[in-house]
Amino acid sequence: MPDLASYLVFFLVVALTYALLCLGLALQWGFTGLFNVGVAGFFAIGAYASAILTGPDYPGQFGGFGLPIPLGWLGGMAAAAVAALAVGALTLRLRQDYLAIATFGVAVVIQLLALNLESLTGGAFGLGFIPRPLFGRFGSSTAFNLFYLALMTSLVGLVWLALEALVRGPWGRVLRAIREDETAAEALGKPVFRHRLESFAIGSAVMGLAGGLYASFTGFIAPQDFQAILTFQVWAMLIVGGAGSFAGAVLGAVAVWALWTASGALIDQLLPAAFQVRGAALQIVLIGVVLAATLVLRPRGLIVERAALSARAADGR
Amino acid sequence: MPGRGKVPPPREVELTDTPLLEIEGVSRHFGGVAAVDGVSFRLRGTPIAGLIGPNGAGKTTLFNLIAGSLRPSAGRIRLAGRRIDGLPPHRVYAAGLGRTFQIPRPFHAMSVLENVMLAPTGQRGERFWCNWLGRGAIAREERAIRERALGWLAFLGLDRLADEPAAVLSGGQRTLLELARVLMGEPRLVLLDEPGAGVNPALLATIVERLAELNRRGIAFLVIEHNMDLVMSLCRPILVMAEGRLLLEGDAASVRGDRRVVEAYLGGAAA
Repeated sequence: MPDLASYLVFFLVVALTYALLCLGLALQWGFTGLFNVGVAGFFAIGAYASAILTGPDYPGQFGGFGLPIPLGWLGGMAAAAVAALAVGALTLRLRQDYLAIATFGVAVVIQLLALNLESLTGGAFGLGFIPRPLFGRFGSSTAFNLFYLALMTSLVGLVWLALEALVRGPWGRVLRAIREDETAAEALGKPVFRHRLESFAIGSAVMGLAGGLYASFTGFIAPQDFQAILTFQVWAMLIVGGAGSFAGAVLGAVAVWALWTASGALIDQLLPAAFQVRGAALQIVLIGVVLAATLVLRPRGLIVERAALSARAADGR
Repeated sequence: MPGRGKVPPPREVELTDTPLLEIEGVSRHFGGVAAVDGVSFRLRGTPIAGLIGPNGAGKTTLFNLIAGSLRPSAGRIRLAGRRIDGLPPHRVYAAGLGRTFQIPRPFHAMSVLENVMLAPTGQRGERFWCNWLGRGAIAREERAIRERALGWLAFLGLDRLADEPAAVLSGGQRTLLELARVLMGEPRLVLLDEPGAGVNPALLATIVERLAELNRRGIAFLVIEHNMDLVMSLCRPILVMAEGRLLLEGDAASVRGDRRVVEAYLGGAAA
């Protein structure tokens, strides 16, 4: 397989990992109005939980359960969901800003834990030798990547369908009512707090799944994979793509990741070695510019929510 | 009447003498001010009762107390013999008491139909896992709810607007939408807070006619209204409140002829 094609496969696997993060955030922000700025934290929880559950017995460390890989992914989802339930239970009754502060704090704490809780996370060295599904069956890493791309595509599709079913159904109807007028929804007897908490936990579980899939793809995770810049990227993707639809989330992830990768390659090519590190900051500037341009020119993102009305209410008539 | 509506048959007249609504010494203080002060009355049978009084008389506060939006400082409220004071609004609604607001609050971005379909409490589909695991059952439930919602919308003449966002509705149509939402709970008694406010005369006639029809089908109403012609022609009994107290209760003729009523209105203006 030519280099470019094999790079494209790798690129798409990473882009789809971001797409999962965006899908989770779309449910939380786009459909529920929850301002989660701790995306990296929930991603990290999923990645570490999955790595510890499926990984080999590292010397002097907790873990080494060697569980089947899909169980690790489920464990990553569950761990992220539990973390979200804990954070949400404490903050979702309060005003919006508290969730933002709390989730940001959680992401920082998780990163620090990953860095310092060496007996669990391997500290700064991270966790290596994380099993990759069916890796031995494939002769080359390109073939494995291709297999993983197929796997990611189907999982992104599955999550997308599941979330779509959720927001198009009666559960989503209540969610939209809450987003529009919380007091009126409460007056109708809708359990506002429970709905928010569910949305937050489900979205975070999707982020945890992304973490688990990331760990099993790279086979190695370390604290620097889970920095605040990741949260910024995911937010930029969702805003550019359009927070009101899952299609927007997926499109935004692929588009912004393409821009990010291309600009990185361009900086590599154009700037002399001495300026490379400073040049990397230009990537963030570029994404910032794109973000600002989106907000000015297409404030609702590339894909605009379909008239805000669900198809379900109109069909069957 | 548009033929699409499926409206439940009239309820059988209850032969027990339990009052439909019983208010017993109900008070509500805000700081040192008694917004509602020891109000007692009973509604029997299936009336369209009117609640009138000058601004600040405590009418809306009384509604809030009955509907569970506020807890009474003192007193008891019974609906068909069952205590409902202290229950949260959605439990009161589930017990058979619906209420509309002075300023209707539909969900603007949602369709008229969705606004009505949102109303039933305890829908299976509102549990998230049912949207994945019980799709067949949810689809059936949704069909039934949609059917009923369309029925009420047709009954109230809003069926043409079912798929429009609620934002396009006029003030009077919003009142009708609220009524449709309330009717989804199959209430025995509906509290209407100024259904005539800001409604054009033609639509008001429709609203009045629909209320009378619903009443014939066994739904009782307690109506706050400032339009005296409407109250006098539609309501019996009429309750008059002033300064948090119940001033008197009677039919249109006795209320119109009572000096205290005139004083309550004019005295309030003169003071």
